[in-house]
Order: sequence, then structure tokens, then C-alpha cells
Amino acid sequence: MNILLDPTGEREAVERPRLGRPNSLDGLTVGILDISKSRGDIFLERVATLLEGRGIAIKRYCKPTAGRTAPKQIEQAIVEEVDVVVEGLAD
Amino acid sequence: MQEHGLVAIVKRDCPTCVLVAPVLQEILQRSDLKIYTQDDPGFPEGIEGVVDDTSLDASYRLGVEIVPTLVRFENGVEVDRTFGWDREAWEKIVGSDDLGRNLPAFKPGCGALNQEPDHLAELRIRHGDTPMTSRLVSLGAREDDIEACFERGWTDGLPVVPPTQERVLAMLEGTTREANEVLGLMPSNLDTCTVEKIAINAVMAGCRPEYLSVVLTAVEAVMDEDFCLHGVLATTRFVSPVVIVNGPIAEQIGMNGKGNALGQGNRANATIGRAVQLAVRNIGGGKPQGVDRATLGNPGKLSYCFCEDEQGSAWEPLTVDRGLPAGTNAVTVFAGYGLQGITDDKARSPEELVQTFATSLLAVENIHMFPGPDCLLVICPEHERTLMQGGWDKTCLHSEIMSRMQVPANGVMRGAHGMAVGVEPRMAGKIVSKLVPDGLLIVRAGGGAGKFSGIIAGWTPGSRELSRPVTKEIKT
Repeated sequence: MNILLDPTGEREAVERPRLGRPNSLDGLTVGILDISKSRGDIFLERVATLLEGRGIAIKRYCKPTAGRTAPKQIEQAIVEEVDVVVEGLAD
Repeated sequence: MQEHGLVAIVKRDCPTCVLVAPVLQEILQRSDLKIYTQDDPGFPEGIEGVVDDTSLDASYRLGVEIVPTLVRFENGVEVDRTFGWDREAWEKIVGSDDLGRNLPAFKPGCGALNQEPDHLAELRIRHGDTPMTSRLVSLGAREDDIEACFERGWTDGLPVVPPTQERVLAMLEGTTREANEVLGLMPSNLDTCTVEKIAINAVMAGCRPEYLSVVLTAVEAVMDEDFCLHGVLATTRFVSPVVIVNGPIAEQIGMNGKGNALGQGNRANATIGRAVQLAVRNIGGGKPQGVDRATLGNPGKLSYCFCEDEQGSAWEPLTVDRGLPAGTNAVTVFAGYGLQGITDDKARSPEELVQTFATSLLAVENIHMFPGPDCLLVICPEHERTLMQGGWDKTCLHSEIMSRMQVPANGVMRGAHGMAVGVEPRMAGKIVSKLVPDGLLIVRAGGGAGKFSGIIAGWTPGSRELSRPVTKEIKT
């Protein structure tokens, strides 16, 4: 019987189910996360304007660069301050 | 097992053991003696109760280095030991003054079988005496080990060398660093990356143990915050880590910086680069269609490693440009695309040749991309000669290229050449630069014939917030 050594990090990531989508945005705060992708700001600002037009509270966040993961402070602020997040991933 | 009294370890293949066989008979006539035989249970002839140690387990447990070895135990504790034939020492241990009177007073022994490298590795593993702590994956009796690696998602699409305990133990001999030393957290999973995990992936890549120190340094370099490995993986662009090795170690381990330096055929080049990629995949979780989101990727994502041809070049090596003394063993990692060739077999002066280099660099990504990414320029020997004959050294070349990276924005603006992409209209009338001030690295590599240099374009469009080249000295 051959025995091999595991080349992986040997850690199983915990899979967490996504939160259910809210039926309504009434009374919720929506985070707008600009990850600094080209023209993402244009798309997201339009979304924010439309939501604000419906009286929905908006909070804006911006990653310094799309090439790195979000700074912990931004992740933490989003977790604490908003109920829903909209971000633009592609160019 | 606890030993008592006198214990001897012998092998038939040792002339000294054959010589002392009658002495063992003499000892047995006056005291208890347990004899372990390493290679032939029938040796020494005529002695009852010889213990078969062809498994070498007892020899390993007793730490035998030379045969014959004679040990005395009292209450299970070793109190005396000698090896080879040394009458005086044997008589002292046995408590006699007339052993082997017809033998010479001294004859050195032979190496014990349990010390032979193949046996020793097997024994260390069987006795759990290795530094490895990774999970053991037992394959089924009929399971093909190479196929098993594919099925577990451990390969880059090519077969890997199955990482058996024997192979990994041998690989770890290539470094004095402890197997459990933590090199860092490997993006994107941020799993703990140890020397042992890299050794396993180096085995799989096909490395020899003497490459391991280079692989370890390259892995440390890609995990450096400046390199931004998570972004290098997650981007849809073509990029992968390019590993450039400098210093005498490149020649010592047989790397190739000459003909076909960026091609196939050299084990060190091919497997060091591959080991880095496998580590990123297996430890960091950087798999295509997973975290690795590349649209096309590039063939270098299997392996992208070469050394600078320092011996064949009159220029200072890359290490000096990166702030280390010449002759330092070092690895530089650069987040690079595939190779963009530069062909110029007509230039006879540096002034002509630099124009070809510059215009090729200006076309990187697309001719309107300003700033473009950092670039690694790989100069071939014939082009170096043209530059040197014209009195240009590397510093001069660098400066002349950079001065040609400044162009009027109007010519590369959105809409120019019928292209939608380009510099924003707000830059009209201004000068824009293709490269940021420290955005150009130059190395010398390649075969002696051919006026073919190359550009390895980087990922980062001149931004200091993204990936930067990282150079680290190799700890041997």
C-alpha cells in the first residue's frame, strides 16, 4: 500500500450559507461598495441614486484597489453598518 | 525492547565480523550474549539463537553505526560499547583478558547496513522518526499513485511525482531549515505554509533536494505582501509568478540562463518554477476556475523560472539593481505575462536598437495603455554586445529606454487610431509615461546566437498599490 503526504494546507473552509434576500429594502440600510474597478463608480452611483430616490438609506464604501482584498476596517464597517451590499465586480 | 547483558551486532558481508565470529563463540562459552545479524540469519555459523535482524529494526533502535558492535547493558541501560575489533576494548566490556588471542589486536569494522541511506530513510519512517507531520494519505492496494494525485486535485494538469514519505524525507535533506518552520500564510486561503509543505510540493514538481532552498525562497517571495499574490491569482489577466535566480547557486544546481532559458529541457528551471506553482495551488488554493480567474492565463503558469546568465554577461546582475551585492544568491519574483519577443537583426548601434526596444515596450497591453504595467526586459547576448560595443552599459540602456517612454497624450488618447480604449481626454496636451520610474527590470539571458530579446510584461499598470517585484536572498 502506498502512503503519500498531503500537499495541501489541510484546512477545510467552513461553508456558510448566504443570508436570505430580503423581501423589501424598506427600513434597511444598503451599502454601496466600489472596489475601484474601472467604471464601477458610474454603475454604483446610478444604483445609489435610484435607491435614494426610493427613500432607502445608503452608505458608501470604497476599496483602495481592486487588486487586493478589502481592508479589514471596511469589511468590519460593512458588517456593522448595513443590511445589504451592492458591489460592482467587472469592468 | 529492553536489552540485558552483552549484545553484538554483525553482518556476514563484513570481514571483521567474520574475523570475530570465533570470539563470539568464546564469549558465549562464559556469558550470555545476544547476537543480531544484519544480512544473513545463518551467520555466524554454528551459533544457536542468533537473532535475525535483516529488518534492521534492532540495529536502528540500538543506533549501530559500525559492525561488529559490542554493547553491554545493565538493568536495561547501556553502560559500555565498542565497535570494530579492538581486543582491549572487547576484553574490558566482556570482563576477560584472553579474547581472540590468535587475532590481530585491532581491525576496523564496516559500515552498518542500517546506516545506508536507503535503509536509513525506510527505518526512520517505520520508527516514526521523521520531522514530517502532514496528514498521511493511504492509497488502495490497486490504486495507481499518479492517478490518485490527479483525482485528489493536486496536480497542475501534468502528472506529478507521488510524494511518498521517503521522497519527502530525502527532499528535506536539501535544507538545514526545520521542517516545521513556518514560511508564512499562503494566499488566497491564507493557510500555514511550512518548509515541509513546500518539500512535498517540490517532490511532486520533480525537484532534486538541492533545489529546495531556491524553491523555499521563491515561495517566501511570492507570499511577501508587496507581491500581492491574492491579486495575481484572482485577476482575469494573464499573469503568473516569474522566478529569476541570481548568484552562484544557479550554476551549482545546473540552471540554464543560456539557450532556451525560457523554454523547456532544464530540470532545475522547469521544476523550481513548477514547485512554486504547485504550492500556490495546493496550499493557497489557487486553482483555475476557482480563485484563479484568468481569462487566458499563460503557459508560464505551469512553470516560469530561469536564471540570469551572469557568467556570460558584462553587466551587473539583477541582484545589484535590486540592492544586493553582486554574487548574492537570490530569487526575484515578478508577476508577469507570457513572453513578447523583440526581433531586431539590423540594428548595429545602441541608438537604433533602443528604438526597437522602446517601441516594443510602448505596445505592451495595447498601444494606448498609459501607464502600462511594469516590464521585465530580457536582453539576449547579441543585443548586449551591440549595446556594449556602442559604449552603453545597463544603466545607460535603462535611462535611454525610460526617456523614450514619455509620449504626448493626444496620440494615445481614446478615439485615436479608431480605438475606444486609451488615455482620458482630460490629459489632452500633456505628456504621459508608459512606465513608472521604477517600472523596468533588465536581465541578461539567452543563447549566443540570435538577435532576439524579450519583454515579460507585468500585471500591475504602474501602481504601487498592487504587485511589485520582490527579491530575497537565498538561505542555504
